[in-house]
Amino acid sequence: MSAMPGVVAVNTFREAVRDRVLYNLVVFALVMIGASILVGQVSIGIDRLVIINLGLSAISLIGLVMAVFIGVGLVYKEIEKRTLYSLLAKPVRRWEFLIGKYFGLLLTLAVNTSFMTLGLAGALYYVGRPFVRSDVTVLVAAYFILLELALVTAIALLFSCFSSPILSTLFTLTIYVTGIFANDIREFGNLTHNRMMEAITRFLYYVVPNFHNFDAIGAAGHGDFVPFTLIWQNTLYAVLYATLVLTGAAAVFARRNLK
Amino acid sequence: MPAIVIEGLTKDYPVGFWRKRMRRSLDQLSLRVEDGEVFGFLGPNGAGKTTTLKLLMGLIFPTAGTARIRGRSIDDVAMHADIGYLPEQPYFYDYLTARELLDYYARFSGYGRAERHERVRKFLELVGLTPAADVQLRKFSKGMLQRAGIAQAILHDPKVIFFDEPMSGLDPIGRREVRDIILDLKKQGRTVFFSTHILSDAEMLCDRVAVLVNGKLQGVGAPGEIVSIEVQAMEIFFELRDGCSLPAALAGHVTRTGARYRTEVSEAELYSSLDLLRDTGARILGVTPVRPTLEDYFLRLVGRKEPASHAAEVLAP
Repeated sequence: MSAMPGVVAVNTFREAVRDRVLYNLVVFALVMIGASILVGQVSIGIDRLVIINLGLSAISLIGLVMAVFIGVGLVYKEIEKRTLYSLLAKPVRRWEFLIGKYFGLLLTLAVNTSFMTLGLAGALYYVGRPFVRSDVTVLVAAYFILLELALVTAIALLFSCFSSPILSTLFTLTIYVTGIFANDIREFGNLTHNRMMEAITRFLYYVVPNFHNFDAIGAAGHGDFVPFTLIWQNTLYAVLYATLVLTGAAAVFARRNLK
Repeated sequence: MPAIVIEGLTKDYPVGFWRKRMRRSLDQLSLRVEDGEVFGFLGPNGAGKTTTLKLLMGLIFPTAGTARIRGRSIDDVAMHADIGYLPEQPYFYDYLTARELLDYYARFSGYGRAERHERVRKFLELVGLTPAADVQLRKFSKGMLQRAGIAQAILHDPKVIFFDEPMSGLDPIGRREVRDIILDLKKQGRTVFFSTHILSDAEMLCDRVAVLVNGKLQGVGAPGEIVSIEVQAMEIFFELRDGCSLPAALAGHVTRTGARYRTEVSEAELYSSLDLLRDTGARILGVTPVRPTLEDYFLRLVGRKEPASHAAEVLAP
């Protein structure tokens, strides 16, 4: 395996750190501290549920904003600023650069998600309940969020290879929202009893990634266990889908003229 | 083995809203650069110099034609281990320091930590960036970025180095340092291919030059070969003593700069003109043969008017 993507990935992570991207952790920490203090006063018996829902939703939202807004600029920015020119004159293949950028942002998201999950654990501890065995579902939910972000990043990167950041953001968010409601869209198609609508909604259901499957926030809040089968199924789904999208991105980028 | 062989390289860009019309940026370029040569690539803005360099670097893809560097196709990315490239107006990751930037690029050549450290130190010193080694590039001037760009291009001891306008943005001291670097690379047996519009640099440094205008190659050869060495005229510089006046025969062809006069006569008329001046009491300061320069050749090709005079430069000593 070539070491080139690793070199690019570490530099992408360093860029995120130097550009103070991880400062969002401070915002998250403030939200968690504020929520922990308030929840104890306004909710009776459901403080754990509220903290988990709020914490995981914030982790998901902050991660999504980072994945989309940094992801759409990953390649575009390098072309616009022409930093890519001297890099591609080195013995670096275009797909190696692309994979490096992807894993660099993924590393940033993983570090960010890990620290936020730690913050959530701290808030849960603060509201006074000892950790119970079912709390492991919070970790599973955070892992699912990371898988979801891995997919979103791959999609944003694909668009970044041939489109402007504004359009890429629009396309990525459209796919994300469609993916969240993938099940509902298919149901809607079935209800219309129109063969064309059914075909379209079925097509969308199978083509757009089903982000609904990665939502374990409710289960974590109620302390329900997530079956192990779902964990590996989601992992496999995210890995395969991201691989497919990144292969497409590499194919597009391989023939792109860098003006 | 030639360092660079270019055969019929052509590049068309789609233009217009529907991108159906094509604009030819480079037209059937064929060139051969020998190993160890310093080769200048000249042309006005928009001539296709940067397009050629981008094609050779694999940043854009040719519409037609091929090119080989050290016998290997430009599609072969592994060949990039043997080449160095300085883009035009380079821009680098501005959150890195110069030391970090060079260390980053050195990693792509597979050097270990100690080797990287030593190379980075050596090349920072070579381009005069040692005092700014730990300053973030966002605080660098254009000239300093150019120096960092040159360092990253030669950091891994490439056999063939491509510089796109290497003197751009540099002060006179910086330009001289870059000239020294290029001459040093030549001494080491490297091939240097550089584009420039500073013709004096090309005349001074290049074994051969190529001139490109509107995407078409206009001529290739040693700077002394592509411009005629025949004397076009003789330039006479003189001063007039107090009370003396210009001879009537020359009066219409003389220009004055301060107390000094300049006139241009044909080689056949030189001695009679000198006699005339001596008879009127003029003091002859110098006589210089006028030969066409690379700049004259260049300006003729691009269809611009010749500069009015370069007498002031000749008068300087």
